[in-house]
Amino acid sequence: MSRFVPLLGFVLLVALFGFGIWWNTGHDQHEIVSPLINKPAPAFSLPVLGDETQHVSKQQLLGKPYFLNVFGSWCIECVHEHPVLSEQVKNLGLPLVGFNYKDDPKDAAAWLTEHGNPFDRVIVDRDGRAGIDFGVYGAPETFLIDGKGVIRYKHVGPITPEVVEKEFRPALAALAKEGG
Amino acid sequence: MIPELGQFALVLALLLAIAQGVLPIVGAWRGNGALMAVARPAAAGQAVFVFAAMGILIHAFLAYDFSVAYVADNSNLALPWYYRVTAVWGAHEGSMLLWVFILNVWTVALAALSRHLPQPFVARVLGVLGLIGVGFLAFILFTSNPFLRELPMPADGGDLNPVLQDPGMTFHPPVLYMGYVGFSVAFAFSIAALLGGELEQSWVRWARPWTNVSWAFLTMGIVAGSWWAYAELGWGGWWFWDPVENASFMPWLVGVALIHAQAVTEKRGSLPAWTVLLSLFAFSLSLLGTFLVRSGVLTSVHAFASDPRRGLYILGFLVVVIGGSLLLYAIRAPKVATGKAFAALSRETGIMVANLLFTTAAAMVLLGTLFPLIGDALNLGRVSVGPPYFGFLFVLLMAPAVLLLPFGPYLRWGKAEGRQLTAMALRSGIAAIVCTVAAVFFAEGRLRAIAGVAGAAWVAAGTLAYVVKRWREMPRGRRYPAEMAGMLVAHFGVALFLIGVMLSESLSTERDVRMAPGQAESVGGYQFRFDGVRETTGPNWRADEGVVTVFRDGTPMATMHPQKRTYSRGQVQTESAIDPGLFRDIYVALGEPMDSGDVEGAWALRLYHKPFVRWIWLGGLFMMAGGFLAAAERRFRAKKAAATAGAPAKEQLA
Amino acid sequence: MRRLAMLAALCLLPLLAFAQAIQPLPFRDRAEELRFQHLSAELRCPMCQNETLADSNAPIAHDLRRQIFEMMQAGKSDAEIKAYLVDRYSSFVLYKPPVEPQTWLLWFGPLLVLAAGGIVVAVQVRRRSRQAPPVAAIDTEDDW
Repeated sequence: MSRFVPLLGFVLLVALFGFGIWWNTGHDQHEIVSPLINKPAPAFSLPVLGDETQHVSKQQLLGKPYFLNVFGSWCIECVHEHPVLSEQVKNLGLPLVGFNYKDDPKDAAAWLTEHGNPFDRVIVDRDGRAGIDFGVYGAPETFLIDGKGVIRYKHVGPITPEVVEKEFRPALAALAKEGG
Repeated sequence: MIPELGQFALVLALLLAIAQGVLPIVGAWRGNGALMAVARPAAAGQAVFVFAAMGILIHAFLAYDFSVAYVADNSNLALPWYYRVTAVWGAHEGSMLLWVFILNVWTVALAALSRHLPQPFVARVLGVLGLIGVGFLAFILFTSNPFLRELPMPADGGDLNPVLQDPGMTFHPPVLYMGYVGFSVAFAFSIAALLGGELEQSWVRWARPWTNVSWAFLTMGIVAGSWWAYAELGWGGWWFWDPVENASFMPWLVGVALIHAQAVTEKRGSLPAWTVLLSLFAFSLSLLGTFLVRSGVLTSVHAFASDPRRGLYILGFLVVVIGGSLLLYAIRAPKVATGKAFAALSRETGIMVANLLFTTAAAMVLLGTLFPLIGDALNLGRVSVGPPYFGFLFVLLMAPAVLLLPFGPYLRWGKAEGRQLTAMALRSGIAAIVCTVAAVFFAEGRLRAIAGVAGAAWVAAGTLAYVVKRWREMPRGRRYPAEMAGMLVAHFGVALFLIGVMLSESLSTERDVRMAPGQAESVGGYQFRFDGVRETTGPNWRADEGVVTVFRDGTPMATMHPQKRTYSRGQVQTESAIDPGLFRDIYVALGEPMDSGDVEGAWALRLYHKPFVRWIWLGGLFMMAGGFLAAAERRFRAKKAAATAGAPAKEQLA
Repeated sequence: MRRLAMLAALCLLPLLAFAQAIQPLPFRDRAEELRFQHLSAELRCPMCQNETLADSNAPIAHDLRRQIFEMMQAGKSDAEIKAYLVDRYSSFVLYKPPVEPQTWLLWFGPLLVLAAGGIVVAVQVRRRSRQAPPVAAIDTEDDW
């Protein structure tokens, strides 16, 4: 019977590989599931794009859920998700806060002028420190933060219409259910 | 037109591979000589067409035939001819063709050098190799065709990944594949033996030189890859425990076990089933590596573009080849313990313990490599397994191997003589202690360096003591048979490798510094003066080239030119400068200007002083040489009659 | 898929000026520099996912190295720095997974294999050495 042990081990391996292939069709290997989900968003106070003297803090945004979209003028994929952000995400009816990540404010302003500005307000994290607190490791990334300031959902990578339908809407529905 | 010929050649090769894979095996089963005789001509025919396809792909690269999508993706007009040849295996499709090409090199060699073996056996071996060829040729034709056209033809192509534009990369994949694919021969031998049911010692003797040569090639390939990573990636590291590296390291570890197990089975008749199983494992792990690298189930720095369809195909292929062979093993492996009896203290026991350590190490590498996937499957969250894990457990598992290694040659078959072992241990122990005491003075209390010196001295002294013993006791001409010489050279290589790893890991100095022109920094007793950055150009790149003059006690030692290259397609690649030496490497990599754009100003540089780092590869080359040397053993080449006559003669001795 | 390609491109090609693994930092002394090198080599870059923080060219690796450096300057221990990163980027960033129930298989699996194999070897050796007493006399022949 012990002669079958290697074969048995191999069957387990095949099951694992089969799982791996299936799993990777639905998951981006580069995506790190954020440990911050369902935890309070980190406190921040960041300057507003275009008016550096004015700051926006986490407290000021409490009370109503909003999307926080991490973008940069250097980010190629941000251009690709931009139309979806301006249309489908905007239509969800929540405020859209731009998080300008590791960017030159001048370049960011020019980028928004060129492609159009879907954001209700844009805050600037020039050196990426606030980004670290949010667990940002690239752009684009999008957070859904509820009225109590808790991160409810995070999407890594460009938003597609499919993502809006399959992920954003259910996340919002869950929020609405709680009466939040 | 010519690329279509290449594709056509692959189709013909596939048909011949089917013939080679089916007819001789049926012939051997039915005892039909005519069918068995198909094996050699079919193998030769398959090889001709595969070689033709390879030639055509190389030609397409040399002739800038950008109408071939693969050529257009991986080369351009500015790429020098030698890198256009390298580009043939620079991406997935071409490297699969290289795989099949090398499989055919081995098959042809085997067909030519197996005239002294029984016909049914050769028919089965070539048949199994033919079936492997079928799998890979079909894979190429159905999922990864390198001859696909891209129309309209682009005026110029993309580029070969600049990381691959290095002489080390020209050399590394073919040699590595010689090793990987070479294990298919040992695999085919054991399948043939299982099919034939004649699990006697003879097949192992025939398989031994092939195993040794493949293992030596694999060693060379890994050494070349490690050297390439060191010189090219610019991080000064030589091994990263990346899944791709692990994929080549697992067959290597099992190969070590297999080489030793084959010796037991050949000479003493013991462990026949284990030897078969290891042969299956060695090649299975080679195939597994191919799967891991190409299916995209694991992240890796240098994985090929992943594609689930390819992943599924290879998985299916693995199920057929590995699953089939393990099933065959389960049914047909010898069930009774054969071979001569041995005492608890004997070379058989020693080799079994070594086998255990090496296979456990391979299992550990497999577990660590796959654990992130297991974590996903069992919902344990994303886990990263990296160098700290592998490094720790590998040292833990190999430390006993190092301790036991010098005893190996002294252990007699059957029953060892305790007196010799203690004498050896005493001598080597003294040598190790002396060297350790000396090392304590130089290593400034760094434990790893001291442990490395102690281990290396122990292994080297034990090995050299055996050399001396043979010299004294044996008459000239019988002192060092090739097989033994190979063993001694390889074991000595372990000592060199230990020195290299432990000393370079613990004594290296690395500093990231900001340097303005004229400024000097001191690292590892050397002074580095930065003399600014100039512009330079190559065939398909331009570069900022730093000039760094290295001094030792005020005397200039070397002028180094680390570069930051921008290739024709805009990719940036750091090209470090290395001043090599037997006892230390000096290594400089150029970063960015500290104030962006100000090339006249200060730059970021990484300076390394790496003592004994070269011994790592030197040790590897010794192991490789040992493998080749052992394969040259005269006994392996003896004709059938002599070989069978040799075995009973030995039995009488014992 | 496209994002993957972009990540790959970013990892291989440090196009951005701030993306550079070579990062001179004003360490207080050599010991601190060594501590930094050791720690950053045990952490995984969240973006270029098969590189250590020490080796990665990714912009985030640059920022995290700076963060680690600043935390070291502020007197934080290695464990505190790791915990800080795990809080934000999950235990994915630890190249040395902690020993906990989820990773027992990883850490103790190889030892289990070794133990099981050791038992098999011991049983085999015992059985074989009992089977027939090996020749006691040591012949001086070249039995290599």
